[in-house]
Amino acid sequence: MIEARLLTKVFHEGKRGEIRGTDSISFTVEPGRIYGLLGANGAGKTTTLRMIATLLKPTGGTATVAGHDVVREPDKVRACVGFLAASTALYARLTAREIITFFGRLNGMAEPALRARIRTLADELEMHEFLDRRCEKLSTGMKQKTSIARTLVHDPQVMIFDEPTLGLDVMTARSIVRFVRDCRGRGKTVIYSTHVMSEAEKLCDVIGIIHGGALRAEGTLAELRALTGENDLEDCFVKIVDPGAAA
Amino acid sequence: MSWHTIRTIYAKELRDTLRDRRTLISTIILPTFLMPVLLFGVAKATTTIVTKAKEEIPRVMVINGGDSPGIRAELEKGGRFRLEDATADWKTLISEKKVRAAVDIPAGFEKALDAGLAPAITLYDYQGELKSGLAVERLDDFFTGLRERATARLLAAKGLPATLARPFEVNFRNVAAPEKVGGNFLGGIVPYLVILLCLIGCMYPAIDLTAGEKERGTLETLLCSPASRTDIVLGKFLMVLTGSLSAVGFSLLSLVGSLLVAGALVSPGMASSIGRGAAMPTISPFGILGVVAMVVPTAVLFSAVAFTTSLFAKSVKEAQSYLTPLVFIVIIPCGVGLLPGIDLTLRLALVPVANISLVCKEMLSGVWHWGYIALIFGSTAVYAAAALAVAVRMFRRENVLFRT
Repeated sequence: MIEARLLTKVFHEGKRGEIRGTDSISFTVEPGRIYGLLGANGAGKTTTLRMIATLLKPTGGTATVAGHDVVREPDKVRACVGFLAASTALYARLTAREIITFFGRLNGMAEPALRARIRTLADELEMHEFLDRRCEKLSTGMKQKTSIARTLVHDPQVMIFDEPTLGLDVMTARSIVRFVRDCRGRGKTVIYSTHVMSEAEKLCDVIGIIHGGALRAEGTLAELRALTGENDLEDCFVKIVDPGAAA
Repeated sequence: MSWHTIRTIYAKELRDTLRDRRTLISTIILPTFLMPVLLFGVAKATTTIVTKAKEEIPRVMVINGGDSPGIRAELEKGGRFRLEDATADWKTLISEKKVRAAVDIPAGFEKALDAGLAPAITLYDYQGELKSGLAVERLDDFFTGLRERATARLLAAKGLPATLARPFEVNFRNVAAPEKVGGNFLGGIVPYLVILLCLIGCMYPAIDLTAGEKERGTLETLLCSPASRTDIVLGKFLMVLTGSLSAVGFSLLSLVGSLLVAGALVSPGMASSIGRGAAMPTISPFGILGVVAMVVPTAVLFSAVAFTTSLFAKSVKEAQSYLTPLVFIVIIPCGVGLLPGIDLTLRLALVPVANISLVCKEMLSGVWHWGYIALIFGSTAVYAAAALAVAVRMFRRENVLFRT
């Protein structure tokens, strides 16, 4: 379970002064549910997810992930989180197996358990063919599978996806979407950020619309439709973030 | 802090780095080949150039001297010079290296010499040009011999002994042991190269493991893991330090190997035939061990500084532009050991890099000032620890790690 309470992040950027990345964001994600964070570029999605994944420290507020506080117990939070983003790349000079092993070891897994886990993941994701090939030689699809295996190696309770389909071709993006659904099926707590409406529509149980660093609306697709009186999610989104433009 | 995590990160970085050709060049290949190339290559090239220059019969122009045919005939004897009457553009010809030198024999030189007057000969060369210098040296030898013979003849004519003009001789004898001669010869250049390689060895891994990872997006992947920031920075730092120490280790091994090969190739007979004090330079093994011991804190200092500096950069290119000035900052104090007549003092013993350069020079020539050695080792270790603490602190700063 993820519980964000008044998460605020202020950046200090020299001449530009203080920039409010996020402002008092609160939401809850239950296990076995996908929470979609929908927003335009620069809305504050990545900052929110980075705070939940403990990559950034909140300026105000806090969050708990699987019962651990992100400010007080960041190491414990990371141990129960799998984080997959367009910006989390793979080591080009290492093989897929070496990368998965490395992250398994960092998660404190014992060698026999780690070997067994890699076998299981390779079976599930059909990775045997390229498991011992260096990542620089892999196709985009193979790299995505390796990234997925990397996030799953320690079988985390919570999965965080930050625009994971950004820049991917249709087939690879579909496999990612399938994988996210699969995570929900296994009872994991999933948070998924995107600016692609169709993805949010297809995947998310609850959608939070974020704009200018603040959470403007939250609810199921049906609730957002009822709130805005629009049928299409894109129209709902525009009406919430910029009511003037929608009119 | 978890040693298991630090070890895991270090092992991964080592594997990754060993597969990177660019890092291998700066940490293994360059240091291994630099010493033999300098010892054999440069020495061989210099010897060849000087031998060739010495074998050349220089073209020399004679200004005036028409009424001193005897001198001219003596100059021509033995084929040591190709003499020509000076043309109006003799200075230009020397500048263009078509003529090596010119000699001005004033009018009435021979007569003045016989009369015991002191006529002056003027030699012209192109200063700094090897072949011109050798030609003038040869002319100087000739006229010195001529002067000595004239002195002896004039003294004999007056019934005076030749020792009147040369009442005593001066002899030179070397008392330094061969390893000290070698130490003095190599003592300046070896620390200079070792310190420089110590920096070059850590630069590429530092860039690759910080700015390189930021650029490739792998740093964020690592930061998502349960490893603490301190463990990550220490694991990475150990790899950068390994790069620095590898460069030093390979260069010193290569130096020892080169000296052993050189010693086997050059027999004592051959060495003495080269000239006075021309034995192959040798270095005491304790000197080498001393250099290794002093270089360790220096490597920690350089690695921490290179690591922190590159961490600020958001791309490899930016990191390279930050680290290039660092090379110049190191070269200047490092060159102190190459300067003649600079001795280790209490003040110099506290100047980073310069102190290492000077103390290594002393150790390689067999001089062991234990007080200074302890002070330099201690002060460098303190600087290194401070630099490492800054690196750890910087790695915790979000605006450094996520700088966009």
